Amino acid sequence: MTKVDNLLLPDSSLNMRFLARLITKIENNSQFAEELLSEIYQENNEALILGITGPPGAGKSTLIDNIVGKFREQGKKIAVVAIDPSSPFSGGAILGDRIRMSSHFMDPNVFIRSMGSRGYLGGVAPATVNVMNFLTAVGFDVVIIETVGAGQSDIDIMYLVDSVLLVLVPGLGDDIQALKAGIMEIADIFVVNKADKPGKEKLMAEINMLLMLKQEQVDWIPPVLEVVATEGEGIDTLIAEIKRHKEYLTEHSFDVKIKKVERRIRRMIEEKIDERVHGSFKDNDRLNLWIEKAIDGKINPYSLIKDFDKKLTVLWEG
Amino acid sequence: MSEKKIRVLIAKPGLDGHDRGAKFVAQTLRDAGMEVIYTGLRQTPSSIVAAAIQEDVDVVGLSILSGAHNTLLPRVVELLEENGAGDILVFGGGVIPEADIPFLKEHGVKEIFTPGTPSDIYVKFIRENVQQHNDQGG
Repeated sequence: MTKVDNLLLPDSSLNMRFLARLITKIENNSQFAEELLSEIYQENNEALILGITGPPGAGKSTLIDNIVGKFREQGKKIAVVAIDPSSPFSGGAILGDRIRMSSHFMDPNVFIRSMGSRGYLGGVAPATVNVMNFLTAVGFDVVIIETVGAGQSDIDIMYLVDSVLLVLVPGLGDDIQALKAGIMEIADIFVVNKADKPGKEKLMAEINMLLMLKQEQVDWIPPVLEVVATEGEGIDTLIAEIKRHKEYLTEHSFDVKIKKVERRIRRMIEEKIDERVHGSFKDNDRLNLWIEKAIDGKINPYSLIKDFDKKLTVLWEG
Repeated sequence: MSEKKIRVLIAKPGLDGHDRGAKFVAQTLRDAGMEVIYTGLRQTPSSIVAAAIQEDVDVVGLSILSGAHNTLLPRVVELLEENGAGDILVFGGGVIPEADIPFLKEHGVKEIFTPGTPSDIYVKFIRENVQQHNDQGG
């Protein structure tokens, strides 16, 4: 714990570097991450953990720039983790979310980190949960996770954070888009960004209708907020709603918080299983031979899957 | 699971607004399997250094076409050193006269790639230097 305690000393750039290097190690080496976090992890109920998701170009990074500004006025220490897609071909990535947050580059109390999704679908990266747990453990007051530009089913962010902000913009699709399952269901707060653009009323009406259909089952009704992030309009209301949701989680509905923590822990376990299973079969010679046979048409891929399933059962029970 | 990716910051210091070269380099490095953080136009040396530290990059690539390279490039190197990050490799690119290159190298810029450099040259340069750096336990 001693090394990590040092990170909480008054802001020196050396500490910043130490922190940044630890994050790299957490990202590159899950074993290291587990060892470190098994020492310092705490279910920190004080930290505010926000997830920002939405389609590409919705204005997620610009919105974060604004949110960070407001929390800085209140003297909070803030970390932002911005995830962009990694190339499925080269494994490389261009991480460009920082550009929109340049007003905070020189603020020693704002730590911004870009991550590649590294082959992981679902909107976040494999190491996101570990990095997030690390950042709250070392004492950031607010941790903001920005997902990759998300599609309808990139919902993994809900496993990680306390409050999910879904950023939508007018003019992206017809009515039916709003009714689809998936991402529309995970929002704790709807942010209609670029609310000065035509089509805003229609989008607001669609979201509100979707929520009306759901109201009976839930006691948190997600607010639908109008924002123009580039102008900073609507941000005060947004911050107030974020706080209201946090209060809802901690005070009025302990059950919800427990559910979120449970989901997060289950998710961590699933990721471990995924990692181990993938790791042990990725370059398995026998498996590669099977696949080659299936490609040549010598065996049926379904019988291959059946055999494989048997092997997995043996592994799990053995 | 352990996987080390080379992380590169591509930045445009100073006041020129031409980022085509920087974006081209960013894309070719992505295609070479690196994670490239691009910070956009008109950055100061101190904002570049802050980003390099937070992102924990192995390499900083500076693209400059304004003519202010003799001031801005050495300043980035200097600030990295002041902040305990002198081990981060710095290279430059853009419109830089041959005559200025020795001066820049004396001031800690490891290499300069002028327009027309084939991408495999700087990809190889980065790979070799980062490898060497890691081998030395950095």
